[in-house]
Amino acid sequence: MKFTWFHLMPWPHMPDDFREKHRSVWVDLPNRMYEPELGHIAYHQYLDQLEYAEQVGFDGIGVNEHHANAYGLMPSPNIMAATLTRRTSKAALVVLGNSIALYNPPLRVAEEFAMLDVLSGGRLVAGFPVGTSMDTNYAYGTIPALTREKYAEAHDLIRKAWAADEPFAFNGRYTKLRYVNCWPKPIQKLPPIFIPGGGSVETYDFCLDNTYSYSYLSYSGYLRAKLLMEGYWKRVAERKVDESPYRAGFAQVICVADTDAEAERLYGPHVNYFYNRCLHVYPGFADAPGYRTVKTIQTGALSQFTQAAARDYPKMSWKDLVDGRYIVAGSPETVRQQMEELIKTLRVGNIFCLMHVGNMPNDKVRHSTRLFAEKVMPHLRNLWPEWKNHDDRFWMHPMNEPVPLKVAAE
Amino acid sequence: MKSRLLTVKPSGIRIEVVEAGKGRDLLYLHGAGGHMPADPLIAALATKYRVVAPLLPGYGQSTGEDGLRDMLDIALHGLDVLEALKLRKPIVVGHSMGGMIAAEMAAIARTEVANLCLLAPAGLWLDDHPIADIFSKLPYELPGLLFHDAQAGARLLASGGDMNDPEFLKQFLVMNARRLGMAGKILFPIPDRGLGQRLQRIAARTLIVWGTEDVLIPPVYGHAFKKAISKSKLTRIAKAGHAVGQEKPAAVLKAIREFF
Repeated sequence: MKFTWFHLMPWPHMPDDFREKHRSVWVDLPNRMYEPELGHIAYHQYLDQLEYAEQVGFDGIGVNEHHANAYGLMPSPNIMAATLTRRTSKAALVVLGNSIALYNPPLRVAEEFAMLDVLSGGRLVAGFPVGTSMDTNYAYGTIPALTREKYAEAHDLIRKAWAADEPFAFNGRYTKLRYVNCWPKPIQKLPPIFIPGGGSVETYDFCLDNTYSYSYLSYSGYLRAKLLMEGYWKRVAERKVDESPYRAGFAQVICVADTDAEAERLYGPHVNYFYNRCLHVYPGFADAPGYRTVKTIQTGALSQFTQAAARDYPKMSWKDLVDGRYIVAGSPETVRQQMEELIKTLRVGNIFCLMHVGNMPNDKVRHSTRLFAEKVMPHLRNLWPEWKNHDDRFWMHPMNEPVPLKVAAE
Repeated sequence: MKSRLLTVKPSGIRIEVVEAGKGRDLLYLHGAGGHMPADPLIAALATKYRVVAPLLPGYGQSTGEDGLRDMLDIALHGLDVLEALKLRKPIVVGHSMGGMIAAEMAAIARTEVANLCLLAPAGLWLDDHPIADIFSKLPYELPGLLFHDAQAGARLLASGGDMNDPEFLKQFLVMNARRLGMAGKILFPIPDRGLGQRLQRIAARTLIVWGTEDVLIPPVYGHAFKKAISKSKLTRIAKAGHAVGQEKPAAVLKAIREFF
């Protein structure tokens, strides 16, 4: 198993009456709510937490991209990952990822990911999300019905830019470049690539065609994810490729304390903040018309797969969230049992652990993180013995002798 | 009203065409919502004209939308449709998005389109008068945005179904995604694809019609269109919102009859 400690970096200062006063945490929430000097503290605390996760033994540390929102404050995840290259030395840097259709030209992603890979000594795991409709369409103005075509072209350009050894011309519909010439090039000739998906067959096939890992980033927990992941594994079987669990990953909110009751006492308010404020998205922004293919809507309209349904959480109590397995929370033993069930039922080799939740203060984040690393993770390590805890195709390939950074700093 | 399928050359795109009435040829290009069930404007126009109303790919039974990506693709498709329909000196009427397409067609083929009627057309953007974002609206918000009388508008929009019925709502959402997905190619995120610099090319006699209570594209845009098109007249219709033709079909018919 590979465990990535994943940070969303939410704004932790939304008021108690946020839900009543604002229709959406995303797109049109006035940025007067953002206070830069408090932001300074939050960013550094968040980066410290990612560094701490490496210290206690997580395999990867993760960041991602969002725009115009208080849910996740990383318009540029690459800036965050760049700071982490200097203060970490072992963990994979999982950038999940860059919304490649939003970069102009998308060659920028090939360049910046190459920079991160070189800086980190080959520790990059690259994510290529389409991006949420809130980010891609409403905040960044991409025409919904052309988003996927633009994405596919951007992907083509990036792959060609990394593969080429000399300049070439790229005549795309959306990007035209006479000289594509990616300097620097990544240490890993092709970094492992993770694709966040939401249940469309096209995305399953895209991952299988390219040997990318399929990541389902839901906050609804593994019981509701089962149907979607079964669809993925069914497709894997149909395509007659191997069933490596590392072909798939899942994001999970995890809270560990000494006892189940203590978990509720410690983390209850922060989980509540996350589900009821961070995920409070106006349904009109969740799914711009044309963003999904008609085929995908027909199979998933009004079901759990729609973003509106997945993100528009009704007010749920701690008990609702725990019993429904939206969150995995409790004593190390409770968390171990539920994580094992999650990993086995979804057949996933990658877990994106969401251990900073909502407005959780630093000491609690570290407490939960340390308990998971020390008392849970060791018991989950070897759930796929036939795969020996590793699949080379879906994890980083660091260089043998990177610069010892502390010496370099002196 | 009857409808038939037509193959447009040379693209091979197959479209649905609604036809009604007798008289002088009138081409009607619908807005982003498509035709309404038993569309009141088409019904009114059909009392005096032979109304020919093609549906844009992505709407109704018209297909081929994947090959139409931008304003030029769509304007040229409109001209291909005009040719395929073999109309005689038609009055080209377009509502909202359809007005934007009709104006582009008239600017490109300035000798072919001689009579133009723009009903609250999209296509311009004035910073001081931003146009509401229709793409982020929820179904229940649309009547108030499109009609002066929102209750009557809601009845018109939902005729043939119940928005509270999950099956109907699902169909509506699928159709809406298809229609507005197509509309987004020229209206998202800002409904401006440079028409402003081409309006001066329009040589057609042009009637511009605006509902005085239009809250989607405010009436001030009517003046901007009038100013930019040389042989044009602006007519305002009282107590009408953005769906001016559907809300006040008789008044719009009268304005068209008087002008052309």
